Amino acid sequence: MHPVRKQRLILVLVLVTLSSVAVGFVTYAMRENMDYFYAPSAFAAGEVPFEKRIRAGGCVVPGSVQRAEDSLDVRFVITDGEAELAVVFDKILPDLFAEGEAAVISGRLMQDGTMRADQVLAKHDETYTPPEVAESMVSHESCADGAKI
Amino acid sequence: MIPEFGHFALIAGLLLSIALAVLPMAGSYTARPLWMETGRPLALGVFGFILIAFICLTISFVQSDFTVKYVVQNSNSILPVFYKVTAVWGGHEGSILLWLLMQAGWAAAVALFGRQLPSELAARVLSVLGMVLIGFLLFILLTSNPFDRLIPFPPVEGTDLNPLLQDPGMIFHPPLLYMGYVGFSIAFAFAIAALLGGQLDAVWARWARPWTVVAWGCLTLGIALGSWWAYYELGWGGWWFWDPSENAALMPWLVGTALLHSLAVTEKRGLFKSWTILLAIFAFSLSLLGTFLIRSGVITSVHAFANDPLRGSFILMFLAVIIGLSLLLFALRAPAVSARSVFSFRSLETFLLGNNILLILMMAMVLTGTLYPMVADALNLGKISVGPPFFNLFFVPLTVVLCLLLGMGIHANWKDSRWDKLLSAWRLPFLAALIIALVWPLAFDHYHWGGVLGIFVGAWVFTSSIGDILVKTRNADSFVAGLKRQRPSYYGMHIAHIGVAVVVLGVVMTTVYSVEKDLRMGAGDRYTVAGYDFEFGGIRLVNGPNYRATEGILHVSKDGEPVAELLPQKRNYLSGGNTMTEAAIDAGLFRDIHVALGEPMDPTNPSGDWAVRLQYKAFMMWLWLGALMMATGGGIAVADKRYRKAKAARQVSVSGKVATA
Repeated sequence: MHPVRKQRLILVLVLVTLSSVAVGFVTYAMRENMDYFYAPSAFAAGEVPFEKRIRAGGCVVPGSVQRAEDSLDVRFVITDGEAELAVVFDKILPDLFAEGEAAVISGRLMQDGTMRADQVLAKHDETYTPPEVAESMVSHESCADGAKI
Repeated sequence: MIPEFGHFALIAGLLLSIALAVLPMAGSYTARPLWMETGRPLALGVFGFILIAFICLTISFVQSDFTVKYVVQNSNSILPVFYKVTAVWGGHEGSILLWLLMQAGWAAAVALFGRQLPSELAARVLSVLGMVLIGFLLFILLTSNPFDRLIPFPPVEGTDLNPLLQDPGMIFHPPLLYMGYVGFSIAFAFAIAALLGGQLDAVWARWARPWTVVAWGCLTLGIALGSWWAYYELGWGGWWFWDPSENAALMPWLVGTALLHSLAVTEKRGLFKSWTILLAIFAFSLSLLGTFLIRSGVITSVHAFANDPLRGSFILMFLAVIIGLSLLLFALRAPAVSARSVFSFRSLETFLLGNNILLILMMAMVLTGTLYPMVADALNLGKISVGPPFFNLFFVPLTVVLCLLLGMGIHANWKDSRWDKLLSAWRLPFLAALIIALVWPLAFDHYHWGGVLGIFVGAWVFTSSIGDILVKTRNADSFVAGLKRQRPSYYGMHIAHIGVAVVVLGVVMTTVYSVEKDLRMGAGDRYTVAGYDFEFGGIRLVNGPNYRATEGILHVSKDGEPVAELLPQKRNYLSGGNTMTEAAIDAGLFRDIHVALGEPMDPTNPSGDWAVRLQYKAFMMWLWLGALMMATGGGIAVADKRYRKAKAARQVSVSGKVATA
C-alpha cells in the first residue's frame, strides 16, 4: 500500500477505535451516574428504588425540623402538597434552608422509607423556587403559595 | 437625562456597527480601499459609544438613581461606593453591557494594533466583528435594556446587590471571563476572513495566534477566579462542582486550548488548517452557548437571574445563525485552505494531534453531561441530573493521558523524531517523576496509591519541561548563555506547562489529603483535624458597613503553638434578604485552614452550640498559582518578537504585490 494511504488508514482506524471506546464509556458512565428526580408522591406510590442515588424535592413542612441534642443530626419532612417524605441529614444545612421553603435533596431512600441525604440544596434567593420543585407541587406554584392553601 | 444618553449611545453604536458590518466587507469585494479603510474608525466609534453607555450606567449606580429599574434591582443607597461600581455587572442587563464593552474593546484593539494587517484581511475581520456586535446590541436593546426607567413612581430605595456578589473576587471574575469568551470572537473573525479570502498561511496563523493566546489567558484567569470565589465565598470549601455555569466556561477553555496548539502547527508547518478554522468557530460558538445556558435560565445556578424566555430564544437564534452560517461557509470554502503533507507517527504533529483529540473528547463529554439533563427533560424522559461522578469518571483519566502525552511530546521534533532520541529524552524525567511520586506521599500520614499516580502525572509534566530546557541549553557555552538564546515564546510554553503540572499536583493533593469535619461545637469545645487543634471561643456580634454579623472565634494551634485566630461570620445584610456565610481561611503555600460557621443548633439561644465546618485543605493555593502561571506563560509567549516581525514580513510582501500589480 502507498505509505500515505497506509498512514491515513491507520489514523482512521485509531480514530474509529478511540471514538467507539469513548461512546461506550460515556453510555456506561451516564447510566451509572444519572440521578433521577422524584416528588414525595412518587415515594408514597412506591416508584422510587431503594439504596440508589436519587434526588427529591419539595417544601419543608413548617414545624417538622427536629434536631438531635448532641450532634448535627437533623430530621425534617418535605411535601409536594399531596404526600410527605421524611429526610435525615448529618451535615450542615445550607444558609437558605428554612421551614416552608423549597429544598432539593440528593441521597438514598432507606428501607424504613426515610431518605438519607448526602446533600441538601436550598433555593439560592428568596424569590426563586427550583423548577423541579415548582413543577412537582400539586398546585404548580411556589412553596409560599402552597403554604397559604 | 444620563440614562437616556446611555440608551442613545447604544442605538448610535448599533447604527455604526451596521455600517461596520457592511462597508469594509463590501469594499473588500469591490476593491474600494476607501470603504475598507472605514473599518478602523467605525470600530473605534462603536467602542466609544458603548463606553459612553457603560459610563452612563456607572454614573446612575454611583448616584443611586432609583428611577432606573436595573439600579433598583442591583443597588442600594447604603452599598459602599466600591460595590456600587461593581454592581454595574451584578445583574443580567449590566453583564450584557460589560460583554458588549469587551466585544467592542477587542474590535477597537484589532483596529489599533492591526494597522500592519493586509487591508483586505483587516476589513473582513472588522466586518465580521461588526456583525457579532449587531447581534449583541440588538439583544441588549430589544430584550435587556439596562436603562429602562421606573417612571412616574420610582421606589425610594433599591433592593441591593446580591450579597454573594459583594466581594472583591467578583470585581475581576466577570470581566476576565468575558474577556476570554469575547476574545475568541477575534479568532472566529480571523477564521471567517480566512475562509472568505480562501487564504490561510503561516502569516495568517502568526496574526491569529497572539489574540487567541490573550483571550485564552483571560479565560484561564477568569475560571480560576470563579473557582477561588466559590471556594471562599460560597463558603463551604468546594472549588469545582461541575455546575453547568462552570462547564459553560470550561468548554470554550478546552477548545481554546486545543486551538492554541493547532495554531502552532498551522504556523510552523502549515498543517491542520481547516481543523484550526473549525476549532476557532467552535471556541466562539461554545462561548455563545455558555452565555445561552447561563442567561436563558434553562439551568439552575447562582448565575441564573430572573429570566425572560425572550432572552433565551434570542441567544439561541443568534447561536443558530452564527454556527449555521459559519459551518456552511466552512463546508463551501474549507477545501480552498486545506493543505496536504506527511508527518511521521513520532513527530510533534502527532502529539499535538493527540492533544487536540483529547481536549475535544473532554469538551464533548462535558457538553454531553451538561446538555443531557435538558434534552431528557425536553423529551419527557424524567428529571435527571448528571452529578460529579460522571464528569470525574472520564475527565480524570483523560487528563492523565493528556499530561502523559504532554511530557512525551515536549521532546519530539517537527516532521519526524528518532525513537532512540525520544527514549533517551524521556528516561531521566520519567525516573525523576517516579521518585518524586514515590517519596512525596511519605510526608503524609497515609500512603495513597491513587495519590502516587496523580503526583507522578503532575511531576512528569514538570520534569519533562525542565528536562527540555536542560537539553536545549546543553550546547551553549554556559547554562545562562543557553537560557538567553531561547525565545520568549519558548519560555511562555514551558511556564504554562509547568502551570499545568502545578494545577494537577494541587488537585491531586487537595483531593487525597484534605480533611473535612462538620461538628457541633459549644464555647470551649476542642477538636483536632489533621494535626491542627481548633478551640471554639464562642461567638460575638460585629457590625459591618451594610450588614450585621455573628462572628465565631476559633483559635487554631499546632503542637501547642498558636497558628491563627479565625473569625468566620454569618452575615445579615441590612437591606434584608438572606443570611450569608463568610468563611475564614488561613491560607498557606502547602495548606489552607478553612473554617465556616453553620447555624445555631437552637435558634432561640445563639450563644449555645453552633454547627461548624473545620477543613484542612492540602495544597489548595497550587490551583490558583498554577492557573496564574498558565496565564503568565501565555502573556510571555505573546511578547515574542516573532509576532512583530510578522508585520514587517507582511509589509514587504504587500508592497511586493503592489509593485507587481
